[in-house]
Amino acid sequence: MAHHHHDEGSALEENPLRVKALESLLVEKGYVDPAALDQLIDIYENKVGPRNGAAVVARAWSDPEFKAKLLSDATNAIKEFGFEGRQGEHMEVKENTPGIHNMVVCTLCSCYPWPVLGLPPVWYKAAPYRSRAVSEPRAVLAEFGVTLSDDTEVRVWDSTAELRYLILPMRPENTDHLSEEELALLVTRDSMIGTGIALGEAPK
Amino acid sequence: MNGGHDLGGRHGLGPINPEQNEPVFHGEWEERVFALTVAMGFCGEWNIDAARYARENRNPADYIQASYYQVWLYGLLVLLQERDLLLEGELETGIAQKTRATKFAPKAEEVLSKLALGGSCARETSAAQEFSVGDKITTRNINPKTHTRLPSYTRGKIGTVAAVNGVFVFPDSNAQFLGEDPQYCYSVRFEGSELWGEQAEPNSCVYLDMWEPYLEHA
Repeated sequence: MAHHHHDEGSALEENPLRVKALESLLVEKGYVDPAALDQLIDIYENKVGPRNGAAVVARAWSDPEFKAKLLSDATNAIKEFGFEGRQGEHMEVKENTPGIHNMVVCTLCSCYPWPVLGLPPVWYKAAPYRSRAVSEPRAVLAEFGVTLSDDTEVRVWDSTAELRYLILPMRPENTDHLSEEELALLVTRDSMIGTGIALGEAPK
Repeated sequence: MNGGHDLGGRHGLGPINPEQNEPVFHGEWEERVFALTVAMGFCGEWNIDAARYARENRNPADYIQASYYQVWLYGLLVLLQERDLLLEGELETGIAQKTRATKFAPKAEEVLSKLALGGSCARETSAAQEFSVGDKITTRNINPKTHTRLPSYTRGKIGTVAAVNGVFVFPDSNAQFLGEDPQYCYSVRFEGSELWGEQAEPNSCVYLDMWEPYLEHA
């Protein structure tokens, strides 16, 4: 077994060349299909993202039956949209209410519900958020511009297993006249991680 | 392992600094590392828990300083080298040497269908379920040098079982290729004051998903 690890302290600017070399080798060895690589990138760059999750949230705001299913059997409720597969195999949805605010972190790595939110932003995967979200969630929320009253319980979900969490933010007031499609525009990525709230909604 | 990845509750790491209008990838090399990692994951040579261990098992200072796709690249190289799928000198010279075939070598359409299918970690067990919703538990104080999903900040703490998630592949075993060893997995609630003492923020709690071998009755 070759245990020579090449990566120690490698500078960022060295990465592109090393990655190109690695890809060429793995393709030449027949381990990966280059067409698969291009399609994987296209899917996560252009097709899957927070708009998926926003559609799910808007439906839950509009349809009480769907919301009940989403909160009790999220994986199958979300599957109705065709959002399923890798990193969304075991979905859980947590509902924000006037007395409870939920937010999601993965302190050990970067677990994130890909089919509904796409790939996570850098800050979600980086040390500051992962270290602080569990020990000082209110301070973290304040950095995102969300200030909660002490009467609101903050529940942090540390994704240590294969369950993937999506937050159902509170529906903004005075939105009764909006269609599901219009409502979806109020749903931000951060509101579904729990580090934000839906647009048009006043902070509690 | 008590590695640099085990970040919950660490201090001094600075503000969150979210990037506005952030692109999905920062540069083409990140795209390629992402895609190579996902595609190689379908070759049947390792599992997701072993892949996580390959990323975290390194000098904590290096882990903290690396960008996330640098961590992924490092993990992928470790996995390939450990299995002799990538040999010494190949990356430097760019010249491929003869290496064995991987268990699977899926073509593009197969990769995409596997992606859409996902990989459920739910399994069956004949074992009895030890804990029920509402039970008070104490987390075990374990410090394995191998992979575990019990974060340091939750060890030796008292919590309450909030839900029974199901029976899942046990990462501590699976990461070492010792078998899937399916175990009950519970959602456990810990009060902020239990985890952080007098430094805890008011009215806060943390829920974690914890496998039965991590838990004892309180």
